[in-house]
Amino acid sequence: MKPKTVISLGIMAIALAVLSYFVGQWSYSWLPPQASAESILVDKLFSTLVAIGTFILLGVTGVITFSILFHRAGRYDTSDGPPIEGNTTVEIVWTVIPFLTVIYLAYFSYQTYQAMNIQAPGHMHGAIDPVEKMADTSATTPMTNIEVEGKQWAWTFRYPEKNVTSTELHLPVDQRAHFVLRSPDVIHGFYIPAFRVKQDIIPFEDTDFEFTPIREGKYRLRDSMFSGTYFAAMQADVVVESQEEFQDWLNNAARQTPTPAPNQAASEYARRQQKDEQFGWKTVPPAPAPMVNFHS
Amino acid sequence: MTQASPEALRDREYPLTSLPNWRTFFSFSTDHKVIGIQYIVTAFFFFVVAGIFAMIMRGELITPEPDLVDRTVYNALFTMHGTIMLFGWTFPVLAGFANYLVPLMIGARDMAFPRLNAVAFWMVPVFGILFILSFLAPGGPAQSGWWSYPPVSVQNPSGVLLNGEFLWLVAVALSGVSSIMGAVNIVTTIVRMRCEGMGWFKTPAFVWTVMAAQIIQLFGLPALTAGAVMLLFDLSFGTTFFDPSQGGSPVLYQHFFWFYSHPAVYVMILPVFGIFSEVFPVYARKPLFGYKVVVISSMIIVALSAVVWVHHMFASGTPPWMRMLFMFSTMLISVPTGIKVFAWVATIWGGKLRLDTSMLFALGGLVNFVFAGITGIMLASVPVDIHVNNTYFVVGHFHYVIYGAIVFGIYSGVYHWFPKMTGKMYYEGLGKLHFWLTMLGTTLNFLPMHPVGLMGMPRRVASYDPEFAFWNVLASIGGFILGMSTIPFLLNMIGSWINGEQAPANPWRAIGLEWLVPSPPEHENFEELPVVVAEPYGYGKSEPLTENLGG
Ligand code: HEM
Ligand SMILES: [Cu+2]
Repeated sequence: MKPKTVISLGIMAIALAVLSYFVGQWSYSWLPPQASAESILVDKLFSTLVAIGTFILLGVTGVITFSILFHRAGRYDTSDGPPIEGNTTVEIVWTVIPFLTVIYLAYFSYQTYQAMNIQAPGHMHGAIDPVEKMADTSATTPMTNIEVEGKQWAWTFRYPEKNVTSTELHLPVDQRAHFVLRSPDVIHGFYIPAFRVKQDIIPFEDTDFEFTPIREGKYRLRDSMFSGTYFAAMQADVVVESQEEFQDWLNNAARQTPTPAPNQAASEYARRQQKDEQFGWKTVPPAPAPMVNFHS
Repeated sequence: MTQASPEALRDREYPLTSLPNWRTFFSFSTDHKVIGIQYIVTAFFFFVVAGIFAMIMRGELITPEPDLVDRTVYNALFTMHGTIMLFGWTFPVLAGFANYLVPLMIGARDMAFPRLNAVAFWMVPVFGILFILSFLAPGGPAQSGWWSYPPVSVQNPSGVLLNGEFLWLVAVALSGVSSIMGAVNIVTTIVRMRCEGMGWFKTPAFVWTVMAAQIIQLFGLPALTAGAVMLLFDLSFGTTFFDPSQGGSPVLYQHFFWFYSHPAVYVMILPVFGIFSEVFPVYARKPLFGYKVVVISSMIIVALSAVVWVHHMFASGTPPWMRMLFMFSTMLISVPTGIKVFAWVATIWGGKLRLDTSMLFALGGLVNFVFAGITGIMLASVPVDIHVNNTYFVVGHFHYVIYGAIVFGIYSGVYHWFPKMTGKMYYEGLGKLHFWLTMLGTTLNFLPMHPVGLMGMPRRVASYDPEFAFWNVLASIGGFILGMSTIPFLLNMIGSWINGEQAPANPWRAIGLEWLVPSPPEHENFEELPVVVAEPYGYGKSEPLTENLGG
């Protein structure tokens, strides 16, 4: 290659890298607020992937666009292009570079996953966590198990030490929360986008799960695994509040006698039974509305 | 036809007289070309049906409330949309291309087992109609998504034995049987019937990719079929393989399902890689760059595709060590795939490009595929996948693959081989209109699915929170444009077939055995079987491809 080509290619690559870096930074704004310690880790990884991805996408489309603009055959030009069939050096380079990139991304993802330490089915403590110590998330001791039940189609949360049940998940800020996820019927997905965490709940199996909320506010919990007719309506609120507010809420709720909670699936189903106005098919009837001390 | 009477010569020049008339296409023909076109036309019928389902879905999703259709109907629609698109459209249309092109490209007179071929095809309308008829079943068609995960899929509120899910499972099993028959036939044909001189490294890339795809069918389909049969027993006959309340494991079903259904995406994309590899050299007028690496990487993809299925289950009951292992194997697949992308780019680079419709679709498909590959790597990364799996990010990703790359590739192939198949030229203007509408619709429909997925909108929802409304309106508009884009296409194909200009044997000045015979080819393809002497894609080199047929 001529020095001039090398220089112009180098300049292009640098410009592209800078642009990709900024797209990577921009990508943080595509995501919900960072409301858990895990979300900070995930977003950093995502941003890196976006930056590398942008570089590749713009690189490839740039070359294609250049060809389309400048390598068109003239109207009456029926000649062929140069019969270049391959080039061993080039082929080796573009095998090795993606390979190294992949190793790097896999390693980065592995580290992030370890640092998140969200637990999972069949998780054996200490089995594969050499980087666990760097996890800023395991700094605080987890609070007692919160029992999460997903059923067709409602979420309920139970705080065993106060025997409180609720249709709203309340969590103290900056404290690691430990959950036991359960389902009595089908697979549900425990998913809070603002926390970047998700775990399927396999029925009749206890699934451990952990994360640390770090930002006060109200967030949405959704079922992420298709669970039948009223799947889309299976949502709940997650309230992250200060330690004191949380304790107040818990004590307050403990004093209430359980009442049936309103439930979108149940009310839609009842309406449908009454007036049968819509074209539709038979469905699994929703489970009875949960009896809870607290509902929103 | 062998003696040189004036009539015979006229027949040779106007081979239309030997073209099967429209009735042939409704008959049990054993000519691979007729079967190929039967497959393609049938598939396009199902494409339109499943596309109409998609339009209704996008109509529902244009507002946050579940107001256009009942929730049960929505669930049935996405299930049948996905199922029919895959089993009724993508697999059959690609089987059609394989059927039509492979014997011509390898210099054979027909497939190895012509009758088996016809039987395999005729199962397609049968199970396709079964899918559609299930709308009349008590309780409606299957409603548990094309994955059909238990326990949702074995809940049977209608209480009837012959319910939609039952019909669905039978139809899927039939589709599996049909595909296995096709695969046996195609692999045998490629291995045994290549003409004299066509060594493995003289075989066109399309033929390689078709073989690679069909090998996957052979090892994968038994797992899917076993899973489907076990599920059928759970649903209807009281077994509890997957019933967690009786000690069964729903996660086991997921393993059965994805052990086939991940590799299945390569069954669909590999032949499209083949189409790209055929189309780029012709319209860039350069040899396929790194031809050998391109074909070898197909086989590497086949091998790797068998060890990545768990990436669909990262958030399921999957232990951490498995998450990490399958993350790595999944990312690794991007290496052979990337090799192909670079090879196509290098093929285009410095060529003499002609932007005919097939080239436009191939270029658009390539760009879309690169985009889909990048979001694919993100999904392979476990922490990111934990956030976005089962959200619209995934729906965006796979539609970029399936529509942006596979459907684009198929369109590219249809335009490229249309003159060969029908003996007519298509209207270039309508083709270009079709391309631009498709490109616009695809971008507007599937790009917004990524941000809305990152925000946390789950897939398979008939209603959603108002915060997601903006992107959904865009996606729906895109969806309707995409729906409309098929109109110029269908007009063009039907109009040109009936009324188009006569096509010469080789309108694109392409290199390949299929271009050495008249358009459309006669019944047995080759009067005299070719003897190949050169590698394919000899653009810019003036060497003959065969020693006996000219060209
Ligand atoms: C106009 C074109 C199309 C539109 C507007 C469209 C739209 C959609 C929508 C809205 C969904 C539901 C996503 C979800 O909630 O999970 C979906 C699912 C799906 N689509 Fe499409 N689609 C189109 C074309 C295609 C094509 C061409 C294919 C395949 C060849 C395809 C395959 C699928 C599959 C496999 C699913 C998943 C179904 C399931 O979740 O069970 N789509 N599509
Ligand atoms: Cu996969």
